[in-house]
Amino acid sequence: MAGYKPVAIQTYPILGEKITQDTLYWNNYKTPVQIKEFGAVSKVDFSPQPPYNYAVTASSRIHIYGRYSQEPIKTFSRFKDTAYCATFRQDGRLLVAGSEDGGVQLFDISGRAPLRQFEGHTKAVHTVDFTADKYHVVSGADDYTVKLWDIPNAKEILTFKEHSDYVRCGCASKLNPDLFITGSYDHTVKMFDARTNTSVLSVEHGQPVESVLLFPSGGLLVSAGGRYVKVWDMLKGGQLLVSLKNHHKTVTCLCLSSSGQRLLSGSLDRKVKVYSTTSYKVVHSFDYAASILSLALAHEDETIVVGMTNGILSVKHRKSEAKKESLPRRRRPAYRTFIKGKNYMKQRDDILINRPAKKHLELYDRDLKHFRISKALDRVLDPTCTIKTPEITVSIIKELNRRGVLANALAGRDEKEISHVLNFLIRHLSQPRFAPVLINAAEIIIDIYLPVIGQSPVVDKKFLLLQGLVEKEIDYQRELLETLGMMDMLFATMRRKEGTSVLEHTSDGFPENKKIES
Amino acid sequence: MVEEENIRVVRCGGSELNFRRAVFSADSKYIFCVSGDFVKVYSTVTEECVHILHGHRNLVTGIQLNPNNHLQLYSCSLDGTIKLWDYIDGILIKTFTVGCKLHALFTVAQAEDSVFAIVNKEKPDIFQLVSVKLPKSSSQEVEAKELSFVLDYINQSPKCIAFGNEGVYVAAVREFYLSVYFFKKKTTSRFTLSSSRNKKHAKNNFTCVACHPTEDCIASGHMDGKIRLWRNFYDDKKYTYTCLHWHHDMVMDLAFSVTGTSLLSGGRESVLVEWRDATEKNKEFLPRLGATIEHISVSPAGDLFCTSHSDNKIIIIHRNLEASAVIQGLVKDRSIFTGLMIDPRTKALVLNGKPGHLQFYSLQSDKQLYNLDIIQQEYINDYGLIQIELTKAAFGCFGNWLATVEQRQEKETELELQMKLWMYNKKTQGFILNTKINMPHEDCITALCFCNAEKSEQPTLVTASKDGYFKVWILTDDSDIYKKAVGWTCDFVGSYHKYQATNCCFSEDGSLLAVSFEEIVTIWDSITWELKCTFCQRAGKIRHLCFGRLTCSKYLLGATENGILCCWNLLSCALEWNAKLNVRVMEPDPNSENIAAISQSSVGSDLFVFKPSEPRPLYIQKGISREEVQWGVFVPRDVPESFTSEAYQWLNRSQFYFLTKSQSLLTFSTKSPEEKLTPTSKQLLAEESLPTTPFYFILGKHRQLQDEKLNETLENELVQLPLTENIPAVSELLHTPAHVLPSAAFLCSMFVNSLLLSTETKSAKEIPEDVDMEEEKESEDSDEENDFIEKVQDTNNTGLGEDIIHQLSKSEEKELRKFRKIDYSWIAAL
Repeated sequence: MAGYKPVAIQTYPILGEKITQDTLYWNNYKTPVQIKEFGAVSKVDFSPQPPYNYAVTASSRIHIYGRYSQEPIKTFSRFKDTAYCATFRQDGRLLVAGSEDGGVQLFDISGRAPLRQFEGHTKAVHTVDFTADKYHVVSGADDYTVKLWDIPNAKEILTFKEHSDYVRCGCASKLNPDLFITGSYDHTVKMFDARTNTSVLSVEHGQPVESVLLFPSGGLLVSAGGRYVKVWDMLKGGQLLVSLKNHHKTVTCLCLSSSGQRLLSGSLDRKVKVYSTTSYKVVHSFDYAASILSLALAHEDETIVVGMTNGILSVKHRKSEAKKESLPRRRRPAYRTFIKGKNYMKQRDDILINRPAKKHLELYDRDLKHFRISKALDRVLDPTCTIKTPEITVSIIKELNRRGVLANALAGRDEKEISHVLNFLIRHLSQPRFAPVLINAAEIIIDIYLPVIGQSPVVDKKFLLLQGLVEKEIDYQRELLETLGMMDMLFATMRRKEGTSVLEHTSDGFPENKKIES
Repeated sequence: MVEEENIRVVRCGGSELNFRRAVFSADSKYIFCVSGDFVKVYSTVTEECVHILHGHRNLVTGIQLNPNNHLQLYSCSLDGTIKLWDYIDGILIKTFTVGCKLHALFTVAQAEDSVFAIVNKEKPDIFQLVSVKLPKSSSQEVEAKELSFVLDYINQSPKCIAFGNEGVYVAAVREFYLSVYFFKKKTTSRFTLSSSRNKKHAKNNFTCVACHPTEDCIASGHMDGKIRLWRNFYDDKKYTYTCLHWHHDMVMDLAFSVTGTSLLSGGRESVLVEWRDATEKNKEFLPRLGATIEHISVSPAGDLFCTSHSDNKIIIIHRNLEASAVIQGLVKDRSIFTGLMIDPRTKALVLNGKPGHLQFYSLQSDKQLYNLDIIQQEYINDYGLIQIELTKAAFGCFGNWLATVEQRQEKETELELQMKLWMYNKKTQGFILNTKINMPHEDCITALCFCNAEKSEQPTLVTASKDGYFKVWILTDDSDIYKKAVGWTCDFVGSYHKYQATNCCFSEDGSLLAVSFEEIVTIWDSITWELKCTFCQRAGKIRHLCFGRLTCSKYLLGATENGILCCWNLLSCALEWNAKLNVRVMEPDPNSENIAAISQSSVGSDLFVFKPSEPRPLYIQKGISREEVQWGVFVPRDVPESFTSEAYQWLNRSQFYFLTKSQSLLTFSTKSPEEKLTPTSKQLLAEESLPTTPFYFILGKHRQLQDEKLNETLENELVQLPLTENIPAVSELLHTPAHVLPSAAFLCSMFVNSLLLSTETKSAKEIPEDVDMEEEKESEDSDEENDFIEKVQDTNNTGLGEDIIHQLSKSEEKELRKFRKIDYSWIAAL
């Protein structure tokens, strides 16, 4: 017949944030390291090559930080005015940056003075990037132009004058050396082809574009501007795939996780949101102290660096994978014991007796199955169980009560054992989810141990504690009821108008009914 | 067409299987059990009912194998007869008329021509064991009046009598004493338990007795859970007994194994205990059998045991204490809280079953389909324990959802309440728990209903509770990027002046919800959850509430506790009519506008069937049951009946089942109860020509339609067509082995010719008529312009047509016959 049914352990919904793989992953960072910069941090960029240093652009300086260093390992400070958008080349050896005065400077990581200076923009250059072939630099400036520069001879190759407002963001394709995109305050994102002289694609974002991002495959384009993050399908000619509105202030920066599965966006509302790139749902979000201007993720998501308007750079390192000390394993039976007799073929006269698979039962269930009620209760009153999983203890007490043996299980305990029970009661009696069961248990205990009260000071103290707790709880409930009464009164005055309409309905119904009755 | 017989109330399956000990056949292939007025023969392997032995006119009280012929079975009944059956073919061989009520039957191999029976002759509570001599006679009906008295003042139950050691003695127990009657010496020894005299509240009453098959040993079971083994009872002084104690409650039954090496006992603990070698140490258990063990029996071959349980179940157990088969009837052990429901998928009757379970019971095959474990907790069967009860259940969304409510109330304030929502899983063909809601209300839930409108986008459930609220629960999407899931959440909480909500009901289209708050009925819009209007009759609390259906959907019916049935019109918001009727059960028919109401009076229950549109009932049947009817339900028929009489038309589309307080399931039928209960296998035999496969319902009907069409023109041929088997050519073709037959091409013409019918004058006549009519039509077409005149002349024309038939020349007739010969109408009939 049906086997023993284990005790149903009451589960309670976990309040607050739901625990998912993503929350676990993104919470698995150490407490952030705060580094004070001279001004608002406008750009953070990781070197794509080990040791994964990162360049931080703030005010008129560019700092290069090592992975765990709190002090910059290198500084480029030869800017007359604010520097913008320090970006590493793919090999991590060159760095390019724009500046407020319209110049674009190229640095060697090991050197100090600029290797090249590209002069040609008339206003501040807010975005620069290397093309995929490493020999060209793209820059966009507030003079509405986008220029392509040749690195070896520091000459301007092409100028695009298609934007009608500041060009504030851009990025080059990682696959095609001739393609790059720019976003502008004229609400458009344009894709340029160095071979054609004109833009090949233009999408209307709807707000001044603050940041653009190309997926590694180049098929999807993400643009951020205003409160929106929009994803465009480039292969369909710039069709809007999804529009995300999860921030409540302007989104300033975008970033992809190293796996490409998650998209991160930082905003002036001091939040970083993590989206899944399959469903475009927010799976996690981080809070920061100030408005976020820049955001970067290191190789393998090892580090999250966030730059803020107040000049604080927040660096979070991933916790190292805690290697669990594997306990010395219990000696298990040898492999041959499991296969013994398994390959035996049934002979003609043999009778096959099938043994059903054994169901694993918890220890307390095993005790209950054999009606060892006191032992089962002892087991769940063990501190390891009561602290971690009080719901199991309460469920067992409830089950014993259902079986009508709770009094038997609680009786006949010595000082130590009864103080265990009382400790548990004191801790959990006032919790509404456990109260109905535990109050019943407390009543039974008082009934059983009333005759012997006064024999043990330890237990007496516990009883007094319990009494105090109950009194406090009663006062608390009374106060709550008073509040409830006050609220009811308030609601009643507010709802008077609705109430009258209901009464009208009833008065409609009555006289007619009475007529028919008479 | 169904013959217009009187409709009567018939018992509908679900009869008791656990009334007496079951009996095994000699080869352990079959097991017999008494079941009401019948004896049922089950196969021990397949659990199927093989035969039902009809014949007794009252409760069958005992069955025994014929010790002289193990293919025969004796049965006795309260109608005063002993019948002898051939159980393999299910044939009644002989009837012995004894003439007084027989309460139990025993056979002993040594007493060849007599059986033993328990009778009560003088006073109703004095029972005697008598030996009945069965005269040898060839006739079917034999009088057996020769009774010889054996023991007096015995217990009515056959468990308290046991014949021992090859029929040398008989042991009987009653209250505190054991009496043993020796047939040879014709003396009775009486043993009394010593403790019973001293203690006032001694609980060691005898409950049952069993005798060792080979040794002189009697085992007796007691109220306090002890089993005593008596030996040396030939001597009044030197007798001894030993005690076996494991049961903590009364020992319900005892049985020795065939060889006598082990003793089986069972009781309320639902554990079968096997005592080996009659020692306390050597015992084996088969626990968790589900319900109290009422009877234990052992097969004569010794390989099987069986236990009958209080939940109407027989478990067949192997010698090695392994349950091998379960014969489960309708569980009736406990009170029914959920009422009767119909599972929309299986059309099975659903009600409370085993503790904590919902049983799905097939009405067609009188068999339990399966048990759904709702409470999912270990069941401890002990006296005085307050168990979790399954109080409410409802199906929704065409059987896709099942809602159940379970509660346990120990004291006034301590209520445990849980609502569970189960989703039907197509893959596993069963219900899977979806949502568990702890304490959905502060107080008991009084009603539960799903919105079953066809168009509803979102499954909606409403619960009404004594705490004065009704809650609307809806299915919401609970999925995130990790998994897809749905769950139920509360959508709306409504109340009306803090009155207790007693009933709730959705209208047929799901647009309105009616909730009754004690005396007041409130109508809510199911989209905005606004209170639309209220009805109040000041006639007591509303007990039942239901909307009219189909054409009567504008009416709302309510039955109150003061015995008033009210019908409100929802369009005018006024009372349409009311009637004085103490309604106990009110059930709407899902297939029609009809509503069945069962009223309760001091004499019995009466049935009224009416339409909400008029207060005059369509049908009244007085006295359907003497007891109170608790629940009723309409079950849609698979194949509609065709009662022509107006009074019975309400039974055409669905059948009405109801359950009385003593938990007998009854229905209305014109058929006799025997016919109702024939197992499907027998019905198949009776209707050999009709294949009752699902295809039959599709194709059979289609064929019938075709036949009807053909009937008009080919009346005569149709009669002949089914006789094809009589044609030698065809029978030869069908019965000769395929490898001997000549090629199909050769046979074809012969076969086709054999099927063609010889022409008759009648059929020849009809064909020309058809042809003629066509001609007529053509002529009409051509003369369309003269329509006005033609219409007037139409009647004349047809007359002319008839004339033409008679005037057909012989040559034309021949031609027509040729045409007739290549008529392939027979293909349609094939």
